[in-house]
Amino acid sequence: MKIRNNIAISDSGFVFDSNNGESFTLNKIGLEILQMLKNSRTEEEITQKIVKKYDVDIETFEQNYFDFVGMLRHFNLFENESF
Amino acid sequence: MKKIQLTIGVTGLNNTDNPGPGIPVIRALRDSHDFELRIIGLAYENLEPGIYMKDLVDKTYQIPYPSIGEKDFIQRLEYINNKENLDIIIPNFDAELHTFMKSKEHLESIGIKTYLPTFKQFEERDKTNLPGYGEKYEIKVPFSKPVVSYADIDNLEKNFDYPVLVKGKFYDAYIAYNKEQVITHFNKISAKWGVPVIVQEFIRGTEVNMVALGDGEGNTIAAVPMRKQYITDKGKAWGGITIGDEELLKLTTKLIKETKWRGGMEIEMIKNAKGDYYLIEINPRIPAWVYLAVAAGQNIPEALVKLALGKKVPPFKSYEIGKMFIRYSYDMIGDIAQFEKLSMSGEL
Amino acid sequence: MKKLKYERPIINKIQSGMPDKFGMSTRVQTISDVEGIPVVNIIKNYGSPTFVLSEQTIRDTYQEAREAFTTRYPKVQFAWSYKTNYLNAVCKIFHSEGSWAEVVSGFEYDKAIDNGVKGAHIIFNGPDKSDEYLAKSIENDSFIHIDHFDEFYSLIRIAAKSSKKAKVAIRVNMDTGIYPQWDRFGFNYENGDAWNVLNKIMLSKDLELVGLHTHIGTYILTPNAYGVAASKLAELAVRVYRKFNYVISYIDMGGGFASKNTLKGAYLPGKDTCPTFDDYAESITNALINSEIQPENLPTLILETGRALIDDAGYLVGTVLANKRLVSSRRATIIDIGVNLLFTSFWYEHEVYPVKEVSEQTEDTTIYGPLCMNIDVIREVIKFPLLQKGDPVIIPRVGAYNMTQWMQFITLRPNIILIDTSKNIHVIREEETNEVFSRQEKLPEHLS
Repeated sequence: MKIRNNIAISDSGFVFDSNNGESFTLNKIGLEILQMLKNSRTEEEITQKIVKKYDVDIETFEQNYFDFVGMLRHFNLFENESF
Repeated sequence: MKKIQLTIGVTGLNNTDNPGPGIPVIRALRDSHDFELRIIGLAYENLEPGIYMKDLVDKTYQIPYPSIGEKDFIQRLEYINNKENLDIIIPNFDAELHTFMKSKEHLESIGIKTYLPTFKQFEERDKTNLPGYGEKYEIKVPFSKPVVSYADIDNLEKNFDYPVLVKGKFYDAYIAYNKEQVITHFNKISAKWGVPVIVQEFIRGTEVNMVALGDGEGNTIAAVPMRKQYITDKGKAWGGITIGDEELLKLTTKLIKETKWRGGMEIEMIKNAKGDYYLIEINPRIPAWVYLAVAAGQNIPEALVKLALGKKVPPFKSYEIGKMFIRYSYDMIGDIAQFEKLSMSGEL
Repeated sequence: MKKLKYERPIINKIQSGMPDKFGMSTRVQTISDVEGIPVVNIIKNYGSPTFVLSEQTIRDTYQEAREAFTTRYPKVQFAWSYKTNYLNAVCKIFHSEGSWAEVVSGFEYDKAIDNGVKGAHIIFNGPDKSDEYLAKSIENDSFIHIDHFDEFYSLIRIAAKSSKKAKVAIRVNMDTGIYPQWDRFGFNYENGDAWNVLNKIMLSKDLELVGLHTHIGTYILTPNAYGVAASKLAELAVRVYRKFNYVISYIDMGGGFASKNTLKGAYLPGKDTCPTFDDYAESITNALINSEIQPENLPTLILETGRALIDDAGYLVGTVLANKRLVSSRRATIIDIGVNLLFTSFWYEHEVYPVKEVSEQTEDTTIYGPLCMNIDVIREVIKFPLLQKGDPVIIPRVGAYNMTQWMQFITLRPNIILIDTSKNIHVIREEETNEVFSRQEKLPEHLS
């Protein structure tokens, strides 16, 4: 699972896909996660980090993470994956 | 004379091929020798061209569509007012007028003036009431009927011959040559602007329009008639010329006198081959082609601002006939950084 | 180290030409209580879902409406529209405020009598009045509002057998400039049917003409239409006076006032467009006072307002059952309130609120009910925060029609509670049980 190279993530939470000109907004945690994904962090590493930093249990976060990644996939931000 | 310092909020910055009146209004205000202006753009969408026109608009804030509800809408205006200290707002979007008229007192209490028609004037001229309006003020109107469902469309053929015009409550008008087309337009318009949708008799003739300003006491402060010379597929004028139509001027003065119209307005009429005038629609705001009136000698937005400030404005006595406008499109250059700033902060 | 407040991660696409986050309000509103009673407590004690009614709101709204009319017109009488909400507790609140009863069936008629309403304070409307109830109404001096010629002739036949005269009014339908024009009830004004039947009544020895009635439509946003209707009824009254030297004692303007709910297809929210009682009152009373009716003959003004008097007093509280992501990437939230309970969601964009403060982030969400039926949609699309399973929700403004038009479908109907003016809670209709339904059923012997 790798974020495509042409995805520019700005510190404000603005995401620009230079391939097709689409743009997106992220909230703060969304921004943190996307940056970690961009740096090739694994799901476990991300979960650990978020659960340690924020007031959330692993189960809830896993559900939300799954949903978030689903949206990233829906918006076509990952490099081609084979299922 | 010392110039009056004013901060004016203007909506309708969508200067596209279906233009809102915001940019022409600002251009007219900037022409005034009496004002020292700061113009605050109020934009609904992030690609309204006016947002990016830095020589005309000093700063733009995004605002929610009025469909969100008066409370949230006004809250956003209050936020903007706290930063900018607005003196006047000139709304230019039909669908927002109801909300602005309703909040008139509240806006005044926080120091923002508007210059709008009363609810009664506004509702009386509503497209769905056109036949009643024509009867009351003795003006010919095309036969028209509001439609709320397919069942109503089935009944139309008793009253209409094709073609007919199918119109939205606020915007959009399409011509239909048969029932299927009526249904298609009905679906399209009702999805966007809700019901009722208005079906109107199609009058053949020359379209003549009037931009006018009433002072709320029955006086016509300004009035300039224009004939559309070229019309886009959206029914918008692409070119127009001021004309010396006395009959139209008489009709306008009479209408403003009897209704005591307050604020800017556009009267759309069709003159048929016999020379009869049919009232098609009254738009309760300044139209996008207002700058033609300015060029012809009647700066209507400037006069409207003065009226809003409570000043006496003497009626314009004349205008230049034969002034023309030719609309053109132009590709402004923007940058993703501007788009990012607007998207993330709602301000630019 | 103290952990930071969590908010689920979210990504939104910026739609050009669509309002994005600053185009919309970012503040998520919540409703945590009804009349000071926490929603979570209501759910704990009375189950989920539960209908909640506020007696204070009912009384306040009624008094506001009454004041709007009585300050403008000398003789005003309200009649509670039973079909809007005929829970006995609700009817009794209105009767205690001075409302008569407006009924449209034998079932409702008996309910009004059981609620202690005098026969002479019952208005009987609608196209369905059986011979039995017409006779009963004559005996009880109730006001019978004739809907069609068949009913007129039935009434002549039945009244002839009675020692009493039938007190009647006619329902009139007319063009008031609004669409759609209701023409299925009553006698038309423009084509002369109304005048025709009035003449017949005046010539009948068994019928006594007491009033004129109209009900121009439902959810009417233009008060002016009521003015037009009142003028037309006043004109009929004047014609009756001129021809027969007879004074009509009341004009009944029916109901149809809008509530603050937003109709589907409306551009602006109902909260912004709904006229006030003052607006309606101004239009109606001006029309009557400015009519040619002589001041000493001014009729009593009767109002059968239902929706506008009760909608705001009702709430539905419920619970989130699940969240899912639809194939279109749209979020869907399933709650335990379905169209079986919220019948009005077929024509309103009901507001749905979280009960507890949650994330500021919202997403376009479809809210589904719990029924295993595709049409069970409470909101097609609403900006809604992500709630987790088990979170409570509340839907305000459900007091009109839902507690009468609800369906026993797939599941049973829940408790209805009333919070009285001292904030005491009363169950005014118990939740249904399987037993309630088995009691009505009969099994043929060969299947038992």
